[in-house]
Amino acid sequence: MNAVTEPLLDVQALTMNFGGLTALDQVSLQVHPGEVAALIGPNGAGKTTFFNCVTGIYRPSGGDIFVNPPGKRRRRLNGMKTHQVTAQGLARTFQNIRLFQKMTVLENVMIGRHCRTRSGVLGAVLRDPQTRREEREIVERSYAILEKIGLAGEVNELAMNLPYGDQRRLEIARAMATDPFLILLDEPAAGMNPRETDALEVLIRRICDEEGIAVLLIEHDMRMVMSISNRIHVLDYGKKIATGTVAEICENPVVIKAYLGEETEE
Amino acid sequence: MTAIAQIRQSLIVALWFMFLTFPILVIRVNTIENIIEWRWVNMLYAGAGSFLGSFAWRYLLERKSRAAGKDGGPVRTAEATAAEAKPWWRRLREERQYRYPALSVLAVVATIFPFLPFTSTYQINIVTNALLYVMLGLGLNIVVGLAGLLHLGYVAFYAVGAYSYALLHYHFGIGFWTALPLGALLATLFGILLGFPVLRLRGDYLAIVTLGFAEITRLVLENWNEFSFGPSGIAGIPRPGLFGLEMDLHGATIYFYFLMIALCLLTIFVVNRLQNSRIGRAWVALREDETACEAMGVNATAAKLTAFALGSTWAGLAGVVFAAKTTFVNPASFTFLESAMILSIVVLGGMGSILGVILGAFILILTPEYLRAFSEYRMLLFGLIMVMMMIFRPQGIVKGERRIYEFHRKPEDRE
Repeated sequence: MNAVTEPLLDVQALTMNFGGLTALDQVSLQVHPGEVAALIGPNGAGKTTFFNCVTGIYRPSGGDIFVNPPGKRRRRLNGMKTHQVTAQGLARTFQNIRLFQKMTVLENVMIGRHCRTRSGVLGAVLRDPQTRREEREIVERSYAILEKIGLAGEVNELAMNLPYGDQRRLEIARAMATDPFLILLDEPAAGMNPRETDALEVLIRRICDEEGIAVLLIEHDMRMVMSISNRIHVLDYGKKIATGTVAEICENPVVIKAYLGEETEE
Repeated sequence: MTAIAQIRQSLIVALWFMFLTFPILVIRVNTIENIIEWRWVNMLYAGAGSFLGSFAWRYLLERKSRAAGKDGGPVRTAEATAAEAKPWWRRLREERQYRYPALSVLAVVATIFPFLPFTSTYQINIVTNALLYVMLGLGLNIVVGLAGLLHLGYVAFYAVGAYSYALLHYHFGIGFWTALPLGALLATLFGILLGFPVLRLRGDYLAIVTLGFAEITRLVLENWNEFSFGPSGIAGIPRPGLFGLEMDLHGATIYFYFLMIALCLLTIFVVNRLQNSRIGRAWVALREDETACEAMGVNATAAKLTAFALGSTWAGLAGVVFAAKTTFVNPASFTFLESAMILSIVVLGGMGSILGVILGAFILILTPEYLRAFSEYRMLLFGLIMVMMMIFRPQGIVKGERRIYEFHRKPEDRE
């Protein structure tokens, strides 16, 4: 395997047990640079559990999670705390929107810069030139991201006052502020109307193509998944049942069975 | 609800109250003459009182719900908010041309206050006391208001500060100015020491652990005679000196008043800078959503620990000042009631709002003093004021100052 095709995220035989329940069973999955990958599967298939394991919210029962950040050496993520994973360059959004409701839109994004900045208590109190510079950098970067996302008009609005679709996009902006090489989106289109979904699709494509950030998304909106993904991974009952391009997945009998059920003899 | 309906409801309440209070208010058995006294007039009072009370209650509640209804839909644009007429106190706070004159007037009043002909030593003393609670409130505000950690044991760190000065002076003859940073440092260390094991807890669990810690601290101080001289405490702690100047009691009180003003200004300065810094934002984010905060790369443990330690620092400072002010410390000054009082200041004033906490401290500390005219009813009235406050203005006196500030925060350096 040469350096170009080395996967950004390399998950090997990931297993997660909750007591007697195996939520993830030997799942292996790779996300490559420059691709939009989708993780699909029926409800309860373990998609969000997969995200939680990768981002350090859960400690996996078995298997390995590796990342190959561009220009840095390979790291194993098992056992890292959530904030450490984020510092490695993996950012995520949540299925049920988890914004900082009573902070402004800009501040929400500024939090994303936290792990890329240093100033501490002393700097905050003294406001030395270095801290001021850093603070300015945070504001500028955050504003630039909001401009890209299309929320620049809303910077001083409280996050809780944004319309639903904008809240979803703000979550993406916040994730982008952490300088990730891979963003994990957990059902970004949930609850969006078709027009908002189309706009989101354009946005995700742009994040991938223009920002060079790879995307792994969980999504139930099949129209969007089919049109946006370079590669699709299918989970069912905690097991990975298929991987492939859109065309391959559409033809795959195992996937069809998982989604539509089996035809029974009459 | 129409007025008629309200009156009917209140009448029902009044009747019910008259019925309930009938045995205790109306009937009195006179055991000496073996007769029963029927005090019907009391029933009338109870009825009228509960009728009026209920009516006022309903009226206020309805007004509140009407005001909430007016705020309306979830989407409020900035323009809509700006277009609403701003009440004078908000204009005073937010608009520069009013803000600075108002602050200057306040500064002048604060400066000449102790020299006014009608201010007695007692008056200066209670204001100084209120200022001490401003400091404590602002310190706890870091922990509770900004970082959202419910801390019920704040008084423990206050005690650490006070005993640091008392013991350091007793054993080593250390003076106030040396003890001030030392007490703060010791309280910080204590905060970190406690913080490490307990900060993995959230919400109610944290509250209980901090509460327990405060009780342990108090009991240790009360029972470890060799160390802290038990319940009899430590007396003869010197007041802070001013270049060896001799002062009478009134002069010393005035000096202390200005010392307190200076320390409060320092506190306000530091807290104000902290809450808009990288660390302060992380605290607020932590309060809003811990999981999301960690997923955004904030080390929640470190952020919590910083908040806890800084809050403790201020309690320690205030503790040293308290010991110097009263010249005597004993464990009775550091009961749970004290923690509850400081927490009330923060909650009543408005969580996360500096101005709110200052107002809260003044109201909560000065009200019982000025209610002394009502002698034994003063605590009753005090409690009533607090209950009313929380029902009709649960967000505190100053509603989310932070939020208003952030509204007007513009990225100055764009373009």
